[in-house]
Amino acid sequence: MLAQLLQFVFSGLTVGATYALAALGFTLIYNASHVINFAQGEFIMLGGILTVVFLASGLPLPVAILLALLIPAVAGVVIEKLTIEPAKGAGVESLIIITIGASLVVRGLVQVWFGKGAATFPAFSGSTPIAVAGAALAPQSLWVLGSMAVIVVALWLFFSRTIAGKGILATAVDPLAAQLVGINTQRVLLVSFALAAAIGAAGGILLTPITMTSYDVGIMLGLKGFVAAVVGGLGSGPGAVIGGLLVGVIEALTAGYVSSAYKDAVPFVLIFVILFFMPRGLLGPKTTERV
Amino acid sequence: MSTARDTTVATGTTTAAAMAVTTSSASPHGAGDGIAAAVEAPLLSVRGLGSHYGRIAALRGVDLVVGRRQLVALVGANGAGKTTLLRTISGVQRATAGSIVFDGDDITTLRPDRRVRLGLCHVPEGRRVFGPLSVADNLVLGAYGRRDHDAVADDIERMYQMFPILRQRARLPAGTLSGGQQQMLAIARALMGRPRLLLLDEPSMGLAPRLVEEVFAAIVALRAQAMTILLVEQNAHAALAIADRGYVIETGEIVLSGNGKELLYNERVREAYLGL
Repeated sequence: MLAQLLQFVFSGLTVGATYALAALGFTLIYNASHVINFAQGEFIMLGGILTVVFLASGLPLPVAILLALLIPAVAGVVIEKLTIEPAKGAGVESLIIITIGASLVVRGLVQVWFGKGAATFPAFSGSTPIAVAGAALAPQSLWVLGSMAVIVVALWLFFSRTIAGKGILATAVDPLAAQLVGINTQRVLLVSFALAAAIGAAGGILLTPITMTSYDVGIMLGLKGFVAAVVGGLGSGPGAVIGGLLVGVIEALTAGYVSSAYKDAVPFVLIFVILFFMPRGLLGPKTTERV
Repeated sequence: MSTARDTTVATGTTTAAAMAVTTSSASPHGAGDGIAAAVEAPLLSVRGLGSHYGRIAALRGVDLVVGRRQLVALVGANGAGKTTLLRTISGVQRATAGSIVFDGDDITTLRPDRRVRLGLCHVPEGRRVFGPLSVADNLVLGAYGRRDHDAVADDIERMYQMFPILRQRARLPAGTLSGGQQQMLAIARALMGRPRLLLLDEPSMGLAPRLVEEVFAAIVALRAQAMTILLVEQNAHAALAIADRGYVIETGEIVLSGNGKELLYNERVREAYLGL
């Protein structure tokens, strides 16, 4: 009984960590520009697919992973340069629609280049499960959760200890004042896209040995990452992480105890419930604007 | 329009600090020599500057000169274009005509962050401190464009000496400070950029009279340290009283200019802006 619950929680946390990473990507770009980047899911997909391709071409795993992080980061920068920057001055709604267009292009290109099939690669440290109180924990789950922890700590250090990180926070708070202290806010947006893309790709790479990947996994993973970001409170880093894990666990429990048919509906029901009772999400920033 | 340099000598100053600035900025040597002339050239020279919000002209052919170590006041009514002029000088508002020359370099189309690196630091209207970030972080961010990281800590220490309240509140979010304290922080943040020209936009806005005095005392102290300042104020009397030179702006055009005292006793200024 308890073992079963634990099993569901393990699988929920694992998938939830990927949502959390996607949610961090949404948060980064939202803070820098108030744009919801619906191409975030495609970065997750790119991470997994590229690792598959590079491993198949004979590259060792660490190199394949590195490339699968770098290329989406570059793709993020290119998307910002080619689609968001020329539309500077357009409303936020238009920019959001542009990101949906960008995601369709990326998905379409990968579909043509890679094909429609699903693919995967072996887990990083084998697939012999570790027994924990009667439940089986896949080693890859530890990789997912551990990597997420490392990324979260690294982001925290970046934003609290480095001038570049504080510059991004300052740009999120007040872009005009940020420009007046000498911050190139255009570059902040580029850096945010690169970071968000790499973090999303990391999630895709980590999750692929567990759930497989294909050209279209980005749609659902991206949307659930968005739900996680909103549930946690749009704009809040810790909120994104908590929201991601929460969405993952609730989804796994529903799939386990109710029916896996409802699994994908859970996040979207959750977003209604949370926003109804807590319009700013769990840890959403208070919007106090001095006039 | 006459340049700032040649009209400052006659200023009948009331404060010692003002006297020091006036005399130091008015040394007339070496007008013919190329190098000396470059040294004596005004720090900021704005020529025929225009700027638009959509199709509405906010600035029309503005000429303005700020000499080295001068305090220049720009006064005018609400909506006259004071803030727009400062925003255009610091580059966050696009110039649609004319030129801005800062220390001999044409910066009319330069990115705002590059202008900050040249030493153009702007204290915006409404203070605009980074509310959720700590007071100390706000100061660190003021030095964002600087490469001399070792000197930043010393400068923060200087700011704490200048504004002791900021040291007491260093770890608190800037948004928790009072309006007056936020104004001090906004000025200190701009000073962290080691400005060669400080642009101050309505530093007394929304402050209680005692705090207004404090802010003006800080400005006078800065000019006593030979800082070059372009001050925008609705509080025309206080601004002109400490200024070496003043400009009056109306509906996007400079309508009057002269040394601070001249304007203070000018009939038109007294009627329109001083309520006398």
